[in-house]
Amino acid sequence: MSFATAGKYLRPAQVRVGLVLLALMLLFTFLGPLFAPHQPNGIIGTPYAEPGGGLAFGADTVGRDVLSRVLWGGYQLVWMSVLAALLGVVVGAGIGLLAAFRGGILETLLMRLMDVLLAFPGVLLALLFVSMLGPSKPLLVLLVAVGHLPGVARVTRGAVFPVLEREHVSWARAVGLPARTILARELLPNVMSPVLVEFGVRLMWSVGTIASLSYLGYGIQPPTADWGEMISSNRSALGIQSLAVLAPIACVALFTIGGNLVSEGVSRVIARSEGRA
Amino acid sequence: MLEVRDLTVGLSGGGAEIVRGVSLEVRAGEIMGVVGESGSGKSTMALALLGYARRGTRVTGGSVLIEDTELLSLTVRGLRAARRELVAYVPQDPGAALNPAIRIGNQLAEIGDRAGAGELLESVGLPGSREFLRRRPGELSGGQQQRVAIAMAVAARPRLIVLDEPTTGLDVSTQRRVLELVRDLCHGSAMAGVYISHDLAVVGNLADRVTVLYAGRIVETGTVGAVIGAPAHPYSRALLGSVPSTRERRELVPIPGRAPQPGEQSAGCRFTPRCAHAIAECGTREPALTLAAPGHAARCLRIGERLGRTETLVLPAKETTEGADAVLTVSGLNAHYGARQVLFDVSFALPRGNCLAVVGESGSGKTTMARCLIGLHDRQDGELSFAGARLPASAGARGREMQRRIQYIFQNSHGALNPRHPVGDSIALALRHFFGLRGKQAADRVRGALERVELPERFAQRYPAELSGGQRQRVAIARALACDPTVLICDEVTSALDVSVQASVVELLRSLCEDGLSLLFVTHDLGVVRSIADSVVVLNRGRIVEHGRTDSILGTPEHDYTRALLADTPELFTAPEPGSVPG
Repeated sequence: MSFATAGKYLRPAQVRVGLVLLALMLLFTFLGPLFAPHQPNGIIGTPYAEPGGGLAFGADTVGRDVLSRVLWGGYQLVWMSVLAALLGVVVGAGIGLLAAFRGGILETLLMRLMDVLLAFPGVLLALLFVSMLGPSKPLLVLLVAVGHLPGVARVTRGAVFPVLEREHVSWARAVGLPARTILARELLPNVMSPVLVEFGVRLMWSVGTIASLSYLGYGIQPPTADWGEMISSNRSALGIQSLAVLAPIACVALFTIGGNLVSEGVSRVIARSEGRA
Repeated sequence: MLEVRDLTVGLSGGGAEIVRGVSLEVRAGEIMGVVGESGSGKSTMALALLGYARRGTRVTGGSVLIEDTELLSLTVRGLRAARRELVAYVPQDPGAALNPAIRIGNQLAEIGDRAGAGELLESVGLPGSREFLRRRPGELSGGQQQRVAIAMAVAARPRLIVLDEPTTGLDVSTQRRVLELVRDLCHGSAMAGVYISHDLAVVGNLADRVTVLYAGRIVETGTVGAVIGAPAHPYSRALLGSVPSTRERRELVPIPGRAPQPGEQSAGCRFTPRCAHAIAECGTREPALTLAAPGHAARCLRIGERLGRTETLVLPAKETTEGADAVLTVSGLNAHYGARQVLFDVSFALPRGNCLAVVGESGSGKTTMARCLIGLHDRQDGELSFAGARLPASAGARGREMQRRIQYIFQNSHGALNPRHPVGDSIALALRHFFGLRGKQAADRVRGALERVELPERFAQRYPAELSGGQRQRVAIARALACDPTVLICDEVTSALDVSVQASVVELLRSLCEDGLSLLFVTHDLGVVRSIADSVVVLNRGRIVEHGRTDSILGTPEHDYTRALLADTPELFTAPEPGSVPG
């Protein structure tokens, strides 16, 4: 993709606002720990101490500094989400490409398998396996990634079909190019736009899923500082120390809103330019 | 009736003008043909006649007067009424003009009275029966759809009808009927017609007067006889030189260079860089439309001079010894699409170094046949043989050598090259696949292949979207040539190209054929067939109806179908005009 074609994705205000928001939240997540005034797990004040007196956001349920925990709390969540989305999109797109290209029994087999996965809500699947195998970060990443597979595979497969009809693919088949060359050179580059959009969507979905699992107690485990876990453990204090709940909620919200603005805006640009072609 | 003065349409951002100072007059009952190649501004002009400018464009000046109404100064409401009562439009693609979900009768009722719908259909030569009115657009053929679109356009008895390439994509027999309909409607009911087309032969047969557009400017206008018989502008002359004829084996003369894009500035005549007769002054001063004869004007500085006209060479038929060894033989080929059989017992042979044309209308099975030969159609049976060896039906079973020696050029040059890679990479891929060439060796061969199709080396770096249709088609040919093929199968390779570009591609293929390449040329265009093919196979509904030397088949056709096909093909050159007077 050249700079000129990348430029057209930046034109909608939606994409630019989203990118700024996303960049700010990423900076916040990864540089946040450097600016935390206290240790995330240090007990600094009385439980549910109100903001003020050295604790800008007050204290949480056991008297830890809410601001420090918020600054620390996105780090794990974000890298796990990125990994889960990456894994889900790479494998899912691979399945979709292969199914569309090969057709026949392989396609039926792969896509029915995806349908079975789709029948289980992702969170439920994760809950099941975490309760069987115990919470671990690699397992969590894997489970969330598996949850992405059906959607990504379907989108990719759908995008491959019109490309398969194109003459350059017919030519490649007629001269007997090896399947891997056709997949990698003729098909994949022509479905990259929807796949990239899918990555954006899946990234945000991962953030939501992992935060929900942590909230339910099946994800990132205490005492690790984590937004989802913070919402969960401080929720009973919503009336007296609301910042302890609202601050992590705001972080998750801003992060996902930024990401969704970008992916939705980009997919609109793609839809429009493909409508014209 | 229609009076256009200094009509100018530009891009909204200001600057680039797509249509520049066009003035036209069309009388009631008269058809004005507007001819131009792609990018000449003809469609933009057509829309401006309805007071409409496409998104991103704006009518920046001039006037469009129909009877006594100035269209360009009307309000939105006034324009809507004018488009109902004064001017009607028939677009290129009737499928896009009709709502696929609504029955024909209901669509016609929207614009007129329901009772008159049947009668209206009958006036365009369609059955007005209740059953027909209940059909949806998808249940009609392309020609029927176009007739319905015309019926809807003329329902309110407009004073002017604007038709933008309404027969592109139709078979010649359907095209002839649509053209007859347009002629009857205009001549019979005192309606003025503006017929936009890139096809000189169609315009020459239909219109009363012709206007030639180049780079948004009128370069020549006059009666059909004058413009076609004695063109006064070098561009019109060059255009005529690139039109094939069904009557003689012409050498097609392409126009060198390319047409300017809107916004490219030039002080002089826009055609100067491509003109064989340009003098120094042409580059600095744009001439006005000057009368060459009464009612015939052209925009050329040298209009008074008798310029040498590019002689169209009539080529002798190629000497072929009967029974020259056949490089590709097809015998008893049957092919199916689902449950439907599309090819029935097709047999023919392609002699080495010859060009064999496969002619047929849409639905004749010609593309299926081409795909059978290249091994992309699985549901076939019959005997294919190549260079003496049996040719398996599926490309995958053919082996590297046969895959290399039979190459295929597609109709759609847009899809033939992967848009995500520079075109040089696409050629290099073929070289790596067949010859294991990489790096510098491959680059040299890529350069050589581009040279053979007369494209400069730097084009290797370009992406398909950065090339014109003709250039893309050349790259596709270059890729095929890089494989060093024995047989080249060309499927309607020129049908999407402008005539001047078509001429250059046809001449390129002719020279390749003379170098010993065997060509199988699939097309619906009999003029191109006459120009390039040594022998012809005529395909009708999946069966070969006639097969023989080009000159005898197109000269003295035996079969009724071939005769009808020939009669329906519009022919520009009525009779050989010895020493026709150059402007």
